Amino acid sequence: MQQEVIISGFGGQGALFAGQLLAYAAMDSGLHVTWIPSYGPEMRGGKARCTVVVSDEEIGSPLVRRPSAAIVLNIPSMEAFEPAVKPGGVLVVNSSLIPQKSERDDIRVVYVPASDMATELGNVRLANVICLAALVKATEIVSLDAIKQALEDHLPERHRKLLSLNFEAMDRGAALVDAASSGTD
Amino acid sequence: MAKELWEGNAAIAEAAIRAGLEAFFGYPITPQTEVLEHFSKRLPELGRVFLQAESEVASINMVYGAACAGARVMTSSSSPGVSLMQEGFSYIACSEVPAVVTNIMRGGPGLGNVQPAQGDYFQAVKSAGHGDFHMIVLAPSNVQEAIDLMVLAFDLAEKYRTIVMFVADGSIGQMMEPAEMPPMRPVRPPEERAEWALTGAQGRKPNIITSLYLGAENMERVNIRLQAKLREIEKNEVRWKEYSTEDADLLLVAFGTVGRVCQTVVREAREQGLKVGLLRPITLWPFPGQRIAALAEQVKGILTVEMNAGQMVEDVRLAVEGRCPVRFYGRMGGPIPLPDEILPELEKLNAEVGGEEE
Repeated sequence: MQQEVIISGFGGQGALFAGQLLAYAAMDSGLHVTWIPSYGPEMRGGKARCTVVVSDEEIGSPLVRRPSAAIVLNIPSMEAFEPAVKPGGVLVVNSSLIPQKSERDDIRVVYVPASDMATELGNVRLANVICLAALVKATEIVSLDAIKQALEDHLPERHRKLLSLNFEAMDRGAALVDAASSGTD
Repeated sequence: MAKELWEGNAAIAEAAIRAGLEAFFGYPITPQTEVLEHFSKRLPELGRVFLQAESEVASINMVYGAACAGARVMTSSSSPGVSLMQEGFSYIACSEVPAVVTNIMRGGPGLGNVQPAQGDYFQAVKSAGHGDFHMIVLAPSNVQEAIDLMVLAFDLAEKYRTIVMFVADGSIGQMMEPAEMPPMRPVRPPEERAEWALTGAQGRKPNIITSLYLGAENMERVNIRLQAKLREIEKNEVRWKEYSTEDADLLLVAFGTVGRVCQTVVREAREQGLKVGLLRPITLWPFPGQRIAALAEQVKGILTVEMNAGQMVEDVRLAVEGRCPVRFYGRMGGPIPLPDEILPELEKLNAEVGGEEE
């Protein structure tokens, strides 16, 4: 059983960190995992993307053209990865910044007004963990508790005061999926 | 020790530290700058030497000097920086001092880009510098293997008093994977330095380390000794890994990142009924040619996949000696070949050799 997740957005939106959080949670859940960023000469606000592969057996390719799930945090990412998600897969859309709807009827699309929800919580930079919580809830790659534990274990010391706020953000992201658990949107 | 999530570049540096590295000399270049970054934090706090040199040429000559003094040393760079070091590689090989060099390969030729590539295969394996010599070349395909091979690199360098190159493409340097570090080896105390090392000749005859041998016969004698050592390495140190080769009709040969991508290809091809196996060279020199030759008797065709225009495929063909068709698929300058482009190449090969899908 293997799942592949692409998380994509602007630099600064926390796409890479959200992927690392998923990788830590997968590792701590006893699964095989690879995390690979797109890297290159980029500036703040440029594109930032990572691919996380989670499997119960040894992972071959750490890159995939067609992931089983994706989080898109901005419009260019939506345009790039909405068509790429495998049939039956999950797409989490940051609908605060992405006005368009998906035209796919063969995947589950979860619209999360993540940037707005994050701003409401007092920090727009929480949008990544809101989306990640929605993703793990919809895909069950790992449990939400595993993500929370990973954050607690690996959050840099200087950010520890933000832990409970992150948990609150995750709960809200996950709750959106529970509320809309009707299969394809 | 439990597994932790390691970034490739940091893992390479930490593994070298665990292997007892005493001094690192280097110059930053993407995509391997995190190697220096990790050393710059860790080595000073351990009381060892980290030195950012003024250039790659300086770095390799500092490595040469420290190696002559019997220290366990390395440098690290990426493709264009490695080219600058090549004179030093040759001096180190001729002087028979142990040293480890890491090349986190990027797109080329020229200044190229910072994307992952394997275009330096020829340079590492066939053309490390002027004169007759080879480096031992180790090529990991994942982060755990990078750690294990980095430790091995120092052991081989000292066992054979030779230069060992560790090559990985940029994506191995940048990616993160769970991996386990070996325990910390103590740094060798000065009184335990090798007897050939330049440690000050107080109370003993001076040691001489040089790569200058005037006179034809003199230089030939050194060459004969070096060649004998290389044959010994070829006999003892060939390493590779095989996947599903027992019943394979078709064989993939690939190293590094594309080697692991081919593990996925094997899985997917077998789901389609193609009996595909994979041989992944771990030592690029010495090359697992004998094993490939043996497999060429068994399989109907071989597909070599690389992140270059077709370099290792020449060694595969030399090994196979026409026993079966050897085809090539590659991407150059940054893209990593993915399973959905490699599979059709296998199907083409299968059709060419008259195989059927089950």
